[in-house]
Amino acid sequence: MSNVTRHILDNGMTVLLKEVHNAPVISWWVLYKVGSRNEHTGITGISHWVEHMMFKGTPKYGAGVLDKMVDSIGGSWNAQTSMDYTAYYETLPAEHIGLALAAEADRMVNAMFDMEEVESERTVIISERQGSENSPFFWLGEEVQAASFRVHGYHHEVIGDMTDLHTMTRDDLFGHYKRHYAPNNAIAVAVGAFDSAEMLAQINAIYGAIPAGEPVKLFSRPEPQQQGQRTVTVERPSGSSVIQVAYHSPAATHPDYFALQLVNSVLCGAEMMGGGLENKTSRLYKALVMTELTASVDGSLYPTIDPFMYAISMVLLPDGDADAAITALDSEIDRMRAGEITEAELARARKQARALFAYTTERVTTQAFYLAFSESMGGFEWFENYLDQLNAVTLEQVKTAAATYLRPQNRTVGILIPTNGDGNDLNDAYDDEEGDD
Amino acid sequence: MAVTTTKQSIPGAHNITRAVLDNGIVVLVYENHAAQSVVMSASVRAGGQFEPPEKNGLASLTANALLRGTARYDFDTINEMLESSGADLDIGGAVHRVNINGKALAEDLPLLLDLMADSMRQPTFPEDHIERLRGELITGLHFQMQNTRYRASRAFRERLFPADHPYHYSTSGTLDTVPNISIDDMRAFHARHYGPAGMVIVIVGAVNTDQAVQTVRERFADWYTPDQPELPSIPTVTLPTTTQRAFVGLAGKTQSDIIMGTLGPSRFAEDYLAALLANSVLGQFGMMGRIGASVREKSGLAYYASSQLDASFAPSPWLVSAGVNPKNVELTVEKIIEQLERLIDEPVSEQDLAQNQSYYTGRLPLQLESNEGLVGSIINMEIYALGLDHLVNYHDKIYALTRDDLHAAARRYLKPDQLVIAVSGPADTPANGG
Repeated sequence: MSNVTRHILDNGMTVLLKEVHNAPVISWWVLYKVGSRNEHTGITGISHWVEHMMFKGTPKYGAGVLDKMVDSIGGSWNAQTSMDYTAYYETLPAEHIGLALAAEADRMVNAMFDMEEVESERTVIISERQGSENSPFFWLGEEVQAASFRVHGYHHEVIGDMTDLHTMTRDDLFGHYKRHYAPNNAIAVAVGAFDSAEMLAQINAIYGAIPAGEPVKLFSRPEPQQQGQRTVTVERPSGSSVIQVAYHSPAATHPDYFALQLVNSVLCGAEMMGGGLENKTSRLYKALVMTELTASVDGSLYPTIDPFMYAISMVLLPDGDADAAITALDSEIDRMRAGEITEAELARARKQARALFAYTTERVTTQAFYLAFSESMGGFEWFENYLDQLNAVTLEQVKTAAATYLRPQNRTVGILIPTNGDGNDLNDAYDDEEGDD
Repeated sequence: MAVTTTKQSIPGAHNITRAVLDNGIVVLVYENHAAQSVVMSASVRAGGQFEPPEKNGLASLTANALLRGTARYDFDTINEMLESSGADLDIGGAVHRVNINGKALAEDLPLLLDLMADSMRQPTFPEDHIERLRGELITGLHFQMQNTRYRASRAFRERLFPADHPYHYSTSGTLDTVPNISIDDMRAFHARHYGPAGMVIVIVGAVNTDQAVQTVRERFADWYTPDQPELPSIPTVTLPTTTQRAFVGLAGKTQSDIIMGTLGPSRFAEDYLAALLANSVLGQFGMMGRIGASVREKSGLAYYASSQLDASFAPSPWLVSAGVNPKNVELTVEKIIEQLERLIDEPVSEQDLAQNQSYYTGRLPLQLESNEGLVGSIINMEIYALGLDHLVNYHDKIYALTRDDLHAAARRYLKPDQLVIAVSGPADTPANGG
């Protein structure tokens, strides 16, 4: 079924190719196998900051030059840093794909990290974090993650801790770049309207000459098993109270991952990497939203290299009762842990997954991303066989996964308590300060 | 280079089927067999423009309520039908129109049309579901009131547009108005404004055109709404004689959001495309245009700083938005005004023009790659009366523009001494009021 081909260049770079001839476009991704999980305290946020510096110029393409070149040909380009990887892409009209190949090869080795640019970007990134801090959800998410992971690098946010953003140096950043940006730590993927043999020859001509780097040693410390429920509270101005309940969950490549994905689908509705369908028939919507205990409920089981967390988030109504919402949640969780789930529910979850998968993979850009991401977790087959793996899960496996992972001893409960104005009156806080000047 | 031919062609009169039902509904179908899905987008003339200020949010609440229960299907059945198929259907109110967006596996198009027809034609507005929906919307509004970007945007629009102008208001209403909208208000609004006049339905995906048109016909051909009102005329806006400023302070914030700008063209203006390219030079092209270069790249002041042209049915905002540290608000505002003045003082360079022309024409293949991109382009052609060959002729229209055209558009709309500048940020920062 799959028409993806895998090639390993002599310098160790992994190349995946997939021809898609629906539109005259090609997406080119280069993913480096390093992310915020590999950062120790003192340099949290370094992967993300290095990603920003990759847009600040090389001797061949000065800062801002590629932004204009890519736009001039009607392309799009961007980058993303996650817990597990740092990835760059260009999606271009097919006849211009040479620019993407050249640009990524160039900045794999020649990014300058000019001192002035580093300092200018420091304030941009601090501003990015401050923008996130304006949202109460960010504060709650950060605290829940930190409470869930005491040892592992998933402890901190990708953006990094503010103190590290103030103190990291140009040498820290450049060192991180030199250690991790090399063909042997990279996965490159092309999806789109090309001939695979010609494309491979072109890639070899451009990337084959880049020497392999030293073998990469990744900083990583496994999280010990949690020994009892943890609770955190955050007190911030907010529209209402928010609750996040996060269970330690298996890595994406663990056999239980897909079983837990089906559990999530039944509890909270179909979800795939943060995108989802409406969930008004899900168990938790019925137990929480239909009973007017919460305004919404969502579940998220993000696929990760190391065990991460299955998080259920609930936004309360402005006069909502957090204890009542948690009690109602627990009663549904207990049903699931006791094995109350049917084949019919699984069949429906599988059809939802098929539709979500079809929507998600319409564009070459998302296809290429998923292939790169999946390869970084151990093989692109994880993505290619995504639906088959869901279909192969048995009812017994789903019951076992629910019983294993949804234990209270395995979770962190985070509660955002709104603090609005002196008298805790929401409307006071909104209008007191408004004025023209 | 490694390039091969593809199946994509630009949608135009030659490959879009346009059918008009006797009651006026326009149906547009474009077959795209590249994916397994179908995407549908429809639009009816029942937006917030028709609601009185004291019932602000009525159009939006009515639109959201349609899928809470119909004569044939109750809430649980509607959601069971959609979710057991992995389909999505969303109905939301905007200023002028209500937009219906659906997607499904291609085999489930009849299900989408069935639910859309029933929700448009015979909603029941069940009280328990409407009150629950109202509670969810009010919760959302409480969060919006804590959101600096939303608050700056509201303050900007409330000062740029007078109280008798629909763009003065947020379509989602306010904490004062939403509790006062009754179910009878919603029933009356629905009965008067939902109807076939002005309705457009666009379907794109792995479907058969004739079958798709026939399915629409079966569900909508006998729909008539007597005396369905035309779009009311929209008042003319007078710019302030001097720059106006507004500040909204919120507790517990670390960043300030700035929204500043003026009145730009409508989508129907002859110089719309010239203004669009001038805006691209100003705050879009490359890394957020000249404003991005000045505010983010050179000064490191902001994570984001860009400009946008919102052109809709009436002259609409041409604005710049930025998120900055509170102490940098004034410096950022100065730098943005410098860039507005530069665009007025001197025509863009030949290179600026050529690059932006290439940007706007070159990105069509990416825009048209997915069903959602195709649907959006096709519905705009119909609603703004651009003609079905708008995209086919797009290249020629963009390349007909000159530096003088862009300069004239900038001079016509951008008035650096008559701006509205709205800022929302921490309540306790001395510099944030300006």
